[in-house]
Amino acid sequence: MKAVTWRGVNEIGVEDVPEPKILNDHDIILEVGLSVTCGSDLHLLGGYIPAMRAGDVLGHEFMGTVAEVGKGVTKHRVGDRVVVVSFIGCGQCWYCENELWSLCDNGNPNPGITEALWGQSIGGCFGYSHAMGGWAGSHARYIRVPYADQGAFPIPDGVSDERALFASDAAPTGWTGAHQAEVKAGDVVAVWGAGGVGQMAARKAMLMGAERVVVIDRFDNRLEQVRTHIGAETLDYEQVDVPAELREMSGGRGPDVCIEAVGMEAHSPGPQYLYDQVKQQLRLQSDRPTALREAIYACRKGGTVFALGVFGGLVDKFPMGAVMNKALTLRGAQQHGHRYVPEILDLMSRDEVKTEHLATHVMPLDQGPRGYEMFKNKEDGCVRAVFRPGG
Amino acid sequence: MTSALGTVASLAARAGGSVVRQVLSVLEHGSGAGAVSAPASGWLVVSINREPTEIDATSLPAPLAAYGDRIQTRIRPAADGKGTELAVRLTQRSGNASGPARLLGSDPQGDLRSALRKAKQLIEVGEVLAVDPAPHGRRSATPAGAALEAVAKRAPKGGVL
Ligand SMILES: NC(=O)c1ccc[n+]([C@@H]2O[C@H](COP(=O)([O-])OP(=O)(O)OC[C@H]3O[C@@H](n4cnc5c(N)ncnc54)[C@H](O)[C@@H]3O)[C@@H](O)[C@H]2O)c1
Ligand SMILES: [Zn+2]
Ligand SMILES: [Zn+2]
Repeated sequence: MKAVTWRGVNEIGVEDVPEPKILNDHDIILEVGLSVTCGSDLHLLGGYIPAMRAGDVLGHEFMGTVAEVGKGVTKHRVGDRVVVVSFIGCGQCWYCENELWSLCDNGNPNPGITEALWGQSIGGCFGYSHAMGGWAGSHARYIRVPYADQGAFPIPDGVSDERALFASDAAPTGWTGAHQAEVKAGDVVAVWGAGGVGQMAARKAMLMGAERVVVIDRFDNRLEQVRTHIGAETLDYEQVDVPAELREMSGGRGPDVCIEAVGMEAHSPGPQYLYDQVKQQLRLQSDRPTALREAIYACRKGGTVFALGVFGGLVDKFPMGAVMNKALTLRGAQQHGHRYVPEILDLMSRDEVKTEHLATHVMPLDQGPRGYEMFKNKEDGCVRAVFRPGG
Repeated sequence: MTSALGTVASLAARAGGSVVRQVLSVLEHGSGAGAVSAPASGWLVVSINREPTEIDATSLPAPLAAYGDRIQTRIRPAADGKGTELAVRLTQRSGNASGPARLLGSDPQGDLRSALRKAKQLIEVGEVLAVDPAPHGRRSATPAGAALEAVAKRAPKGGVL
């Protein structure tokens, strides 16, 4: 079958690869309907996540039709239309039982790598390097989904493929951020990054009753999407002084909750950008934390900063003084999608969550390399490139 | 600018890809005596999300049962609903495998770590999750690719558990 693969740093290929087979009783094989690029893939593309091998199939945000079921699967039948969470959770370990699904003890068959990096391993993720389990990704005609009773969810009839697709990763990630940061009614919430993840975090913060939600980015078309489709306010960080504007918008206090949805390749207009970029390229720091620093600086005393953007290893010039002296709560997480997908699909069926505007460019798998180029460089207003393996 | 870059570059040479090095070093020496990852006692322990009454020391899952009396076992409840702690250690611990021994495939502590992880999965989920064969495209024969393959191969046995 045809698949979009990682061939090397900044090199994407389209190759013929073998079709997946059922290996465990709880597996399904899914015929992929739609599979989308995610900001996390850009970190793989740029070589910032070290455990990729040439030939690895990319893609972790997807939906499709069940093509085959393992003999232990009880919830799915051939022909069902489902969306699958990008993280792999067993549903039986203590973390899954406590709804911290991305921390699953059993979803990553290569735990040694992340244990070495972080002290403990977390769950696995499709198409996201050998450190996260070595699972083949979804930019292909078929994908094997382990623990399918836990990770695959039937899509309600009224919800289109283009909308349901983002219940796989972007929406539950946004939900994880706003919910785990404990946004409360009346809060001022600031979100760095107006990609799919930032937009969804803003939407969840609004649904949780935040009084003001402000999304920060520099791309006009993305900020325009935030205003039109999400209904939040926006700031362009190239035009204004972000912490100053946020102070004014929050009665001088600073936002109660700051959500960082940018990650390890943050851009910055200031001189620190060059410093961070050089250090990152020389591998002295693995991650570039510009937006995270700003979020910590802007946050009100006693507030919460949540890192949704992916960081892999080490950051430099971390404002620990502000974290400690302002009594901040600093949290982060990979998405706990299994916990949020049912709610998201329900809201999608009632038009309270809309995501199809994120799918700015839909194309066949053959155009994978071009899709990633457009997504990476934000060409032609690309917010997400979506692949349709069926052509 | 050039000199600043020069300084950073020489620092980089000294630090030498610290993240990758950290991973390799824990995978290499993870179970070595005195390493960050190995308690002096030699016990390896996992918490299993099951009541202590559901775990029978006399009929442990196959990967551990295969050890027979070559391992000691300790089972005790974890506080606060965190399940049951299952600890195992080799009865005869003749020091830990050296780097070269491990390259030749002899790593008793790593094998036991892998068996313990499998036993936990069998008790919790009823099956050991397999990832290979996973579909993939052409593997290019680069030194980095080969190094990563070696790391991934050892990853089920490696780590700090
Ligand atoms: N935690 C999770 O489970 C999870 C899941 C999916 C994605 N992610 C991560 O979330 C992040 C965002 O994902 P995405 O798909 O929306 O990515 P994206 O690349 O589409 O969007 C990132 C946005 O951040 C903006 N940005 C860059 N520097 C900035 C700065 N200094 N201040 C404000 N905005 C800045 C960019 O202009 C861009 O619009 C990525 O790091 C991704 O890896 C995390
Ligand atoms: Zn993602
Ligand atoms: Zn689990």
